[in-house]
Formats: sequence, C-alpha cells, structure tokens
Amino acid sequence: METNELNAWFGSFQAIKNVSMKIRGNLTTAIIGPSGCGKSTLIRCLNRMHEVTPKARAKGRVLLDGEDIYSRDVDPVEIRRKVGMVFQKPNPFPTMSVFDNVAFGLRANGIRDEEFITKQVERSLRQAALWKEVEDNLDGCGAGISGGQQQRLCIARALAIEPEVVLMDEPCSALDPIATSKIEDLIFDLKERYTVIIVTHNMQQAARVADYTAFMYLGELIEYSKTKRIFENPEEELTEKYITGRFG
Amino acid sequence: MDVRNVYHRLKDASRYAVLTPDGRFELFCAALASAIILIIIMIVSYLLEGSIQSIRSSGIDFVIGSRWDVNRDIFGALPFIAGTLYTSAIAILIGVPISIGVAIYLSEMAPDWVRAPLGFVIELLAAVPSVIFGFWGIFTLRGFLRDSVEPALNDTLGFLPFFEGNPTGMDKFAAGLILAIMIIPTVSAISRDVMRAVPNSQREAALALGATKQEMISGAVIGYAKSGIFGAAILGLGRAVGETMAVTMVIGNKNSFSWSLLDPGQTMASIIAINWWEADSGSLYQSALIEIGLVLFGIMLIINVIGRILMGRMIRLREGAVG
Ligand SMILES: Nc1ncnc2c1ncn2[C@@H]1O[C@H](COP(=O)(O)OP(=O)(O)OP(=O)(O)O)[C@@H](O)[C@H]1O
Ligand SMILES: [Mg+2]
Repeated sequence: METNELNAWFGSFQAIKNVSMKIRGNLTTAIIGPSGCGKSTLIRCLNRMHEVTPKARAKGRVLLDGEDIYSRDVDPVEIRRKVGMVFQKPNPFPTMSVFDNVAFGLRANGIRDEEFITKQVERSLRQAALWKEVEDNLDGCGAGISGGQQQRLCIARALAIEPEVVLMDEPCSALDPIATSKIEDLIFDLKERYTVIIVTHNMQQAARVADYTAFMYLGELIEYSKTKRIFENPEEELTEKYITGRFG
Repeated sequence: MDVRNVYHRLKDASRYAVLTPDGRFELFCAALASAIILIIIMIVSYLLEGSIQSIRSSGIDFVIGSRWDVNRDIFGALPFIAGTLYTSAIAILIGVPISIGVAIYLSEMAPDWVRAPLGFVIELLAAVPSVIFGFWGIFTLRGFLRDSVEPALNDTLGFLPFFEGNPTGMDKFAAGLILAIMIIPTVSAISRDVMRAVPNSQREAALALGATKQEMISGAVIGYAKSGIFGAAILGLGRAVGETMAVTMVIGNKNSFSWSLLDPGQTMASIIAINWWEADSGSLYQSALIEIGLVLFGIMLIINVIGRILMGRMIRLREGAVG
C-alpha cells in the first residue's frame, strides 16, 4: 500500500498535508505523533472512512495493489472489504451475539453459505485469540464480555472478511496491561497474513510491535523508517524530541 | 415505582424542610408530584366504584360476552374490546412501517436543510386536534375510500373475510387508517430520536466491514435501536387504543364485531362517547359504560408500561454496552 501526496480536510481545515509513504506488505507499521497531528485521519483515508465524516474530503492518491482507491470508478465499499479497521473504542454490535458480530462482514458481503460462515467465524476468533474464552458462549451478547474481549472481538470481526490490510487506531488505549499485551502478541502474529498499520500513543508499544514507524506532526509526515532507526538514531530533531519526551 | 419514589422524596424532604429554602422547595415539588398520583388514584377509584354495579351483575360475561342489549340489561363488551384491538392493530400495521421509513429518512439520509423542517411538519401533524381528523375522515376520506380504495380491495381481496361486504367508507378500515395517520407523528418522532441516539461508532463499525449504507442501516442502526423502535410502536398503540373522537366519527358505530374491515364497528372509547349522555345516572347501563372505561384504562396501562420498559432497555444499552 502506498500514499502519494495525500491531503485531507475537515471543511477548510487541512488535517493531512502532502503525505507520501510506502507501506510494506506483511509487516507492521506504527504511526506515532502528538495528539491532533492527524494519525487517525491518515489511516481513515486508507480505507475511505475519512469521507464518512460530514464535510470531510481527501485528495491525492492511495495505491492498493497498484490501483488508486480514490479513482472515480472505485466503490468505497469494495475498498473497505480489502482494508479492515479496528477502532480506538471497542464497538461491537451490542444487540448481536458474538457469532453474529463476527459474521456481520461476511453476510454484508453477500456470503450465505452458513457452513462457511461458521468455519470462518471460528477461524477469526482463533486468530484474535478469543476462541477459548467465548467458544461456549457464541450466542451470548456482544456487549456481555469484558472490554479487552470486546476489542479482540472487533479484531476478529475485521479479520473474518480476510482483508489485505488491517488498520488499527489506538486499539489498546481503552485496555488494561494484560489485555494490551494479548493484543500486542496478536498483532505480532497477524503480520504473517496481513499488512498491519497501527496508530499508537505508546512508544514502547510501537517499538515492540512495529517493523516500520512513521512520525507525524501537524498533519505532515516528518520521518518514516525502520522502527529501530527511529528510536535509536532519528534523523529529524523533532522526532528525537518527541520520542525522548522533550516535546513542546 | 413512582409512588415509592415520591414517598422517599417526601421523607427526605421533610427531614430538613423546615430548615432550608431548598428543602421547602423540594417539599413543594414533591407535593405537586404527589397530587398527580392522587389524581390517578382518584380516577381509578372512581372507575372501580362506578363499575361495581356492572361487575356484580355481568361478572365475567362482561368481557367474554358479545351481546350488548341495553333494553334487556345484557352487557357483553367483547365486540368493543375486539373493535379497539382490531382497529389499533390495523393502525400499527399501516402506521409503523411508514413511521420507520420516515424515521430512517430523517435520521440517516435527509440533508440538514430537509431534516429540521420535515421534522417540524411531522410534529405539526401531532398538533392537529383529533376532532379535525374526524371531520376530514367524514368529508374527504370517506368518499375516497367508499368509491375508490374499498371497492378495489373488495374486488381483489374480497375472498378474504377481512375485505368482504359493501364498502361504505365509514368502517373499521377508515378508523384504522385515521388512527395510522394519527400515530405516525409520535412513532416516527420517537423512532427518529432512538436512531439518532445510536452512537456513530456503530455506523462506522458496519461501514468499515464493507457494509453498504443500506446494510449499515438495517444491520447496525435498526439492530441497535430495535427495542426503542418497538417501544415507540407500543406507545403508538397506546395512543391508538385510547383515541376517541376521530374514531367515533368515522367507524360507523355498529354494536357488533365482524372481521370485515369494510363493516362498521365500535371501539371501547367510541361506545362510551356515543352513549354516555343517553345512560341514566346510577343505572346499570351507565355502570357498564364505566366498566368499559375501566377495562380500557387497564389495557392502556399495560401497553404504556411495556412501551416504557422497552425504551428503558434501549437507554441501558446506550449507557452500559459500548464502553
Ligand atoms: N470531525 C472533525 N471535524 C473537524 N476537525 C477534526 C475532526 N476530527 C479531527 N479533526 C481535526 O483534525 C486534526 C487531526 O485529527 P486526528 O483525529 O487525525 O488526530 P490524531 O493524531 O488521531 O489525534 P489523537 O492522538 O488525539 O487521536 C485535529 O487537529 C483535529 O482537531
Ligand atoms: Mg486519533
């Protein structure tokens, strides 16, 4: 996946300025930066969720498998099937069962084969390391599990439609350390099959899970390279200030 | 539950009522609140007292008997109970899907400049007095139903018991239709509000999974709001069951029940409205009419309690579930 001179606005406010970055497949990329710098906006541009916000628009090119997802004849619904997303706050469908939560994307994509759906639900729940905890309670309500389990349920739900890229916007910010480390382990395993892009405020988390890290500031991409490099030997002064906590 | 609440508040308030102005104000408000409860208690005791003569005389036959013969003092109110439930069911069947459609449009699709004015117009419909709906039913709707809609229903679906007989335009169909129109403002406004109350994160969750807008609405929004929408429908039902004036004017007022919508009928509210002044005070006849009121009150109470419970479930969902 690759962005090319990507710009994004909320009304007249420009939140993303000329961001060009090449995201490596089957690796994990972290996006860090101070609050309000445009991390969420950037990843929401990658599955065309940005334009769901009223008055928001984006301009530029985002290539997925060599195809521009912003070209006129592309249906955003198709893009969102290929680029999954996990939100900051766990947002399971509370009135649906655990099973139906995971099956939602499959059913929305026209899959009717219940046998396949059952298999896929189990597979996704296993991948999200949630299977053991909910296996006996698949009919239980999606809101009736803990916050950490809910977030893993949302991850399973995103994985069920087998996207190519998984976007995660601070997936652990609402979770305790144990749930966080479970999700980090999970992210680590995911890159075997998926390209993962994760927004995080937690520098250690970026260092732990990401192969590449991007640092953003005021809507611009300041520095982007191997995680090790960013944390040990950053090129830009801003980056260094930020990761050493001497910011502002 | 309300009674207990007020009682506790009174008890709390009385503890410091003499001491602080706040306490005195609270006591004053609590007194006003208990006045409402007192009125309800008075109404119920009036209904009970007034119907006692009829309850003694007719017993269970009152609600299972279908003969209503004033001259022989035979009072079986089943035709009116059935008439009320039947016309209300028709109203729900016609009114609720329309209301849900309106609510979806207002909440999920309409651009801002349509949303506010359209919402206002729908609330305006709620402000039309029911006697005016009655006039409109008699002068406009009646002819249209009698000459166009009902003959067509009779021609195509006349083999069903629901559509047999001669179209008159003053019948249960007209009553159901008027009721449907009358509940649309309530049901659509509440449904719109509960849909607006669905967190945006739910919509985004569905869209991010590759759902189309339609799938997002039917899956995430309606799924989340369904108990609230159901509650709205039940509150609409409560309104339809109790509606008196418009129904009395268009239902044709026939004291027996039939399944045909094209036949006139009678509801609990309309039989009381039509005959109240005719019944001598203190007579068994009057007592029977009061007992109909009692039954009607009971039915509405149950319906409203169920409606409230469902709305409460939706609110709990919003507060508790999505952290
Ligand atoms: N819906 C919106 N309408 C208008 N402006 C917005 C909206 N959402 C975000 N912004 C603005 O866009 C900029 C980027 O926001 P964004 O949410 O992408 O930041 P972020 O880096 O994800 O911050 P955080 O770390 O706090 O989540 C901010 O300055 C914010 O004020
Ligand atoms: Mg953010």
